[in-house]
Amino acid sequence: MKTAVIKYNSGNVQSVLYALERLGADAILTDDPEEIRSADHVIFPGQGEASTAMNYLKGRKLDQLIRDIKQPFLGVCLGLQLLCEHSEENDTECLGIFPVKVKRFIPENSQEFKVPHVGWNELENLADDPLLKDLPDSRFLYYVHSFYAELSEATIASTHYIHDFTAILHRDNYWAIQAHPEKSSTVGEKLLANFLSL
Amino acid sequence: MLTKRIIPCLDIKDGRTVKGVNFVELRDAGDPVELAKIYSDEGADELVFLDITATVDKRKTLAELVTKVAKAITIPFTVGGGISTVEDVKFLLNAGADKISINSAAVNNPGVIDQMAREFGSQCIVVAIDTRDLDGIDFVHTHGGRKATLLKTQAWAQEVADRGAGEILLTSMDHDGTKAGFANELLAEISSALSIPVIASGGAGTMQHFKDVFTFGKADAALAASIFHFKEIGIPELKRYLSDSEISIRK
Repeated sequence: MKTAVIKYNSGNVQSVLYALERLGADAILTDDPEEIRSADHVIFPGQGEASTAMNYLKGRKLDQLIRDIKQPFLGVCLGLQLLCEHSEENDTECLGIFPVKVKRFIPENSQEFKVPHVGWNELENLADDPLLKDLPDSRFLYYVHSFYAELSEATIASTHYIHDFTAILHRDNYWAIQAHPEKSSTVGEKLLANFLSL
Repeated sequence: MLTKRIIPCLDIKDGRTVKGVNFVELRDAGDPVELAKIYSDEGADELVFLDITATVDKRKTLAELVTKVAKAITIPFTVGGGISTVEDVKFLLNAGADKISINSAAVNNPGVIDQMAREFGSQCIVVAIDTRDLDGIDFVHTHGGRKATLLKTQAWAQEVADRGAGEILLTSMDHDGTKAGFANELLAEISSALSIPVIASGGAGTMQHFKDVFTFGKADAALAASIFHFKEIGIPELKRYLSDSEISIRK
């Protein structure tokens, strides 16, 4: 079983690789289309800015590759946002796997709610989904983001900050997590382990 | 609901933990990886490693340590101490650090904050500010709080936020080591004025101090070192206490 972690110009993905290593996965960081197509699982990580990341993906035709993937695919953090339809971050057209819009957090009260949303927050309204199977009782994940995906039919878990937003998405063979499961203690590990067993 | 974070801080020299650490379960009290794992398992929300190694050639030792820590723990961690250039940051992030913290380098060359934030994203740039009260006015200090600058703390905090810092780690040198509580008044003033999270540091002595810094001090996170290392306060009991006191905490 091989897991491909898509290599592109977006942030530090070392911690994703280490988390996969802890789970005993055979993971490689790659932007080679053949290696990505032939992997059993594909992870699309990311931190950074949406339009720069989209331009990079398009420049290397990774956008079409991601749309054509048939095996279990997991977007993480910016990876989730890029799988959506459109992001308010520099008015960016994204990959459109999920028919969902990504918006900027706008606090009504900036003293109470800071942006970015940084820290541990809880998964709520969990759907019955194989990715969410047998999670521990404590369901806090580590978040760092200023933009969020709206709630949608593809939302399988939400989190509350200012208002409810999409924590996890699922449609066909695509899943996506807004938080950083690789940095989210036992809950994050369980989510990654569940993904690897899909 | 977003929770308040509890952050133990470890001082590192030549890849080893410096300050005495009083954990009976530790086989090697100087091994930062083992200590980091214990804190992570006990429920610490993040860790900060402060490298006090003076020389540049020891940096490789630090990078090796960062990689070992990153492989071992499942919570975010920040590395600080002597970081001054974009290359330093790249080196440590590639080694596996989640965030880096800069202090004197930002004071000496504020533009480096913009550069680092542009290059790596604000989310991984923490600006540490050491502050001391001089005749009723708070001034930024460098060199471990020994050297005063002409920067007023509140104005500097606003500037680093505007330049793209993702978080501020504010250490009150007047409170550090006193165990008499955090600098709540100054923290509240800064935290209220800024749209980025503020990590409070300096003065933790009792569990009540943490409750106070989250309520009166409006801090988003609280950092401490010796009270955790010497087990004066255990992280599980602190989190229980805060939770019972209606503070939002990760359980």
